Amino acid sequence: MNIFDILGPVMVGPSSSHTAGAVRIGYTARKLLQDKPVEVKIGLHGSFADTGTGHGTDRALIAGLLGMRPDDTRIPDSFEIAEQQGLVFSFEKIRLKDAHPNTALLTLRGESGHCLEIQAASVGGGRIMIRRLDGIEISFSLEKPTLIVNNEDKPGYVAKVAALLSEEQINIASMQLYRNHKTGQAIMVLETDQSVSEAAVSSLAGSEGILKAAYFNSEEV
Amino acid sequence: MALTSLEEILADTEKKSIPFWEAILREDMAERNVSRENSMKKMTDTWHAMLHASDSYEPGRKSASGLTGGQGQRMEQYCQTNQPLCGPFMGQVIMEALKTAESNACMKRIVAAPTAGASGVLPAVLIPCYREHDIREEQIVQAMYTAAGIGQVIAARASVSGAAGGCQAEIGSASAMAAGALVSLKGGSGKQIVHAAAMALKNLLGLVCDPVAGLVEVPCVKRNVIGAVNAISSADLALAGIESRIPPDQVIDAMREVGDKMDSSLRETGKGGLAATPAGRAVKAPGDF
Repeated sequence: MNIFDILGPVMVGPSSSHTAGAVRIGYTARKLLQDKPVEVKIGLHGSFADTGTGHGTDRALIAGLLGMRPDDTRIPDSFEIAEQQGLVFSFEKIRLKDAHPNTALLTLRGESGHCLEIQAASVGGGRIMIRRLDGIEISFSLEKPTLIVNNEDKPGYVAKVAALLSEEQINIASMQLYRNHKTGQAIMVLETDQSVSEAAVSSLAGSEGILKAAYFNSEEV
Repeated sequence: MALTSLEEILADTEKKSIPFWEAILREDMAERNVSRENSMKKMTDTWHAMLHASDSYEPGRKSASGLTGGQGQRMEQYCQTNQPLCGPFMGQVIMEALKTAESNACMKRIVAAPTAGASGVLPAVLIPCYREHDIREEQIVQAMYTAAGIGQVIAARASVSGAAGGCQAEIGSASAMAAGALVSLKGGSGKQIVHAAAMALKNLLGLVCDPVAGLVEVPCVKRNVIGAVNAISSADLALAGIESRIPPDQVIDAMREVGDKMDSSLRETGKGGLAATPAGRAVKAPGDF
């Protein structure tokens, strides 16, 4: 852990896992939806379900979905802000199999009709782990700059992404591939040593066969 | 070089004739590939966030459960109208620990140090030094590097999570960090810094994490007070030239072993200790979905 993980994060309390981590999960979900969320159904599992209200986990998740970061002092008022901004939300307690005790399952719909289902866990100190995206089991943490690409499960897409990063002089630190046979979709998760420019991400997102592309820099989440 | 040993940091600083905090600063610059100015600005911002948390304390605010709020103000009034048994400085320390820990429970902005639950300990010792003594901001920032380095070693060798190691890993670690920071502020040697940290951690060894209703409130808020007070006595011990008989790294290793042996009911599950008392069980986590 870096010294600013020890003296930090600067965050709204009361709990790094149940509050700061929950904001990060909401923020990540919004960014992966690539749309302004207008409706969200949130399932809370384990300790999130048992002590979530007392820790403000519910308000923290909504704050993240509204684009707030863990140090945003408006987090306690997120329900009221969601109402003003037209985000409809609901919560329920759920039981998942083999999930981390601090897990949330979010089903989102955006203004332009984009939908996303994301399961994520808050694993301590405000750090999070994404465990499922649109039915595809995955595992990544967003602790390094990370590029997430959702594409058709056909030949050539890995090469396409790698070529683009190579052109930008970006070194790939790690790469994971996931697929869903039923939907014919695949997900690439790439951790990079250098930052990926916004232009590169949008050119990728706009190209044929690429359904979505989202990029998180390391300071962002 | 990841920081995994207090004794190694000490040997390194003695060899290079640099202060303890300088070694931590250099480590951060190397790890994040940033300039000295960049790192120090981030630490200064972190200090300002701590000060702001204290300044923006709202005595009327209650936590969602209703268990927490107003104690910092009560302590402040007591200090103004009475002579605290432990003296005016310690009175301020107790008040600051309560203010930040309560602010955390009430969903206000704090600095996790090393965790949100233990966020009151370090500011509780630093803020009164800054306000009451003739201490410059630069010295505070240096002391924070010292604290961060101690915390980093504890996180590497043991844990700073209550779920993994009990409260000794949260308040105990925070207290060790604060003790080292105080010695640093007072101009003590590197050896005195690591021994202050070792003594602070030893004194809180075995402390369980037993939050009532699983919330970061009871007993967490008041444990921030003991973490801060223990840091001051440990710093004074070290500054007097008293050492820990058990070397600092071995104390941290013992903390890990004790944490590993701790029953899961005493590691942030809200199922044992104070949480399992009749009064503790009577408190229900608020709300439902």
